[in-house]
Amino acid sequence: MTYLHNIWRNEKSREIIIQIFVLLCIGWLLSWLISNVDANFKALGKDISFEFLFIPAGYDINQYLIDYNNRDSHLRAGIVGLLNTGLVAFFGIILATFLGVTIGIIRLSKNWLASKIAYWYVEFTRNVPILLHILLWHGIIINTLPHPKKAINFADVSFLSNRGFYIPKPLTENGIELVYLFFVIGIIFSILFFKYAKKKQDLTGVQYPVFWINLSVIITLPLIAFFLSGMPISLEIPVLKGFNFRGGMYMSPELAALTFALGIYTAAFIAEIVRAGILAVDKGQKEAAESIGLRPSKVMNLVILPQARRVIIPPLTSQYLNLTKNSSLAIAIGYMDLVATLGGISLNQTGREMETMVIVMLIYLSVSLSISAFMNWYNNRVKLVGR
Amino acid sequence: MKTKMLLAATTAGVMLAGSVLASTLDDVRARGKLNCIINTGLAGFAAPDDKGNWTGFDVDFCKAVAAATLGDSSKVSYTTATGKTRFTKLAAGEGEILSRNTTWTFSRDVDLSQTFVGVSYYDGQGFMVPKKLGVKSAKDLDGASVCIQTGTTTELNLAEYFSANKMKYNPVPIETNSEAQELYKAGRCDVYTTDASGLYATMSSFDNPNDHMVLPEIVSKEPLGPVVRHGDDQWADIVAWTLRAMLAGEELGITSANVKSLAGKDNKNKEINRLLGKDPLQGLSKLGLSADWAVNIISQVGNYAEVFENNLGMSTPLKIARGANQLHRDGGLYYIPPIK
Repeated sequence: MTYLHNIWRNEKSREIIIQIFVLLCIGWLLSWLISNVDANFKALGKDISFEFLFIPAGYDINQYLIDYNNRDSHLRAGIVGLLNTGLVAFFGIILATFLGVTIGIIRLSKNWLASKIAYWYVEFTRNVPILLHILLWHGIIINTLPHPKKAINFADVSFLSNRGFYIPKPLTENGIELVYLFFVIGIIFSILFFKYAKKKQDLTGVQYPVFWINLSVIITLPLIAFFLSGMPISLEIPVLKGFNFRGGMYMSPELAALTFALGIYTAAFIAEIVRAGILAVDKGQKEAAESIGLRPSKVMNLVILPQARRVIIPPLTSQYLNLTKNSSLAIAIGYMDLVATLGGISLNQTGREMETMVIVMLIYLSVSLSISAFMNWYNNRVKLVGR
Repeated sequence: MKTKMLLAATTAGVMLAGSVLASTLDDVRARGKLNCIINTGLAGFAAPDDKGNWTGFDVDFCKAVAAATLGDSSKVSYTTATGKTRFTKLAAGEGEILSRNTTWTFSRDVDLSQTFVGVSYYDGQGFMVPKKLGVKSAKDLDGASVCIQTGTTTELNLAEYFSANKMKYNPVPIETNSEAQELYKAGRCDVYTTDASGLYATMSSFDNPNDHMVLPEIVSKEPLGPVVRHGDDQWADIVAWTLRAMLAGEELGITSANVKSLAGKDNKNKEINRLLGKDPLQGLSKLGLSADWAVNIISQVGNYAEVFENNLGMSTPLKIARGANQLHRDGGLYYIPPIK
């Protein structure tokens, strides 16, 4: 008895005992939940089966990045949906980052008007639920843009209407390989030149306009190849035929609305994160940079932002995750993302709500964890190394 | 020791709660109310009136079951469900009946372990277009943008119809009827497709219903009817015979106006006597219903013809003709088993 008493008195063993107890409780709860689901499914005469993934889906999807038709399986429909989720998250993240960083910097501007406008943007945007942003943008796009027959015409090759924005689609012909090859050469040259220029600057302090040189090389080389090989790219121009435009590429109103809404909403949070990050940099850094004669843009890009980045990245990661997860609200306006395909129509057609929901949850989980892992890797690269 | 007992007691309590399953009828009677799952809003079928009370064809069916089982058609509480949530809600026990224009299909009946008790409305999928589009047939719809209400059999019918006719289309899937209406009105799509009854209901709620038309092609069979959970045959029978009693009422000429007087006397047609409880109906007690069950249904809610006319018929904004939804003797599809 005294022995047991001593174990409880000992801080270390007491901690272990409590942890074991809590672990047992969680395990019991989990097993109860699982057995409960199992029992209820049995009572309803339902089973858990994933065979439905391989039968034809039977429905059509209006936007697919990989080939898809209604004879393909539910699994493929799910992948199409996942790619659509990825697409809107990708566009959304780019827009949110660009807008967020800009507004975060403007918010700190000495210009009273600019700073106030940024302030009101942030306050208004982040205090309105994201679903309303999505519905608002979708409403604006489909109600203000004209019908395809009266579409806004850009030089007879691009058209803007409430069915989407249509642009010409490049079609490749024989000889395109040379253009690709020159493009790759341009990229390789740029990397080498970047390294060379950095080394040169470290050694002698001489600066080259690296960005402009690289940009012109990457553009000019493929362009030369393009003319050399006899212009092997033709354009498929969208034309109005019947109800809608046919041919070309297009961005649907749903994708546009979702990108704007997610980007603009998340930008407000990113702006605050950027502002906090910049304010976290000691003002002596800015003063020192200014005192050696750097222009304000260089002060920001070379001194302040690299240091602010360390503060910014961890919360920025969680904003990227939020944006990706918020994209599941796409279903409200009929954008066919993962939730709308596998978690929506497939669920309805097959009635496998438990199975589809488990798959959709696991996919979101793994997407989020991948983004998180990438951002952690990036964070480790830029964070201050302790000495 | 004390904790152990507590743990045992909780476990037993949890198991007890999970395992004791009273019959659905007992549950409803004990609660004194029927829980009914209906549409989130579809004029004529289930929509709130200006006082906030649910009305419509599907709602009246809920009332009829309440009249048969509880003797009072007002004892219903309604839960709404979208096309997507309806079966989950029924399976989870949020209602005893799913009365929400649900199409009876093989996989829903068999694979989802639901019980479809009968057909209350014979429908089919159609297309609605603005008249100014100049489209006269669904065969002219090649390349159109089509608004679809998702979570229905509609997507599959649409895909099959367009593939079969070698036409292309651009699907715009929408979760509820009201959202789809908005997109259709804004011109996001050229066509709106769902069950024809739903199209008439939607059209009736427009400012200018005459600017729109339903195309003549009906591309699918949509037998709509009430659904109950699998496994309680008594309850399935009650719901099935409630529907049949309403149809029998029309067949035998029993209406909400004359049902009380017919119930009070000895009729020449003995089937009327049996339905209204004057003569014994063998086995009624097995359903757990009292002898005046059908009297309650018809007096409080009406027979099938009355319910149809009140909610969907020519006197309503929907102006739906009976068509296939007539009795067999009038050229329709309803041919009910005899009440004996």
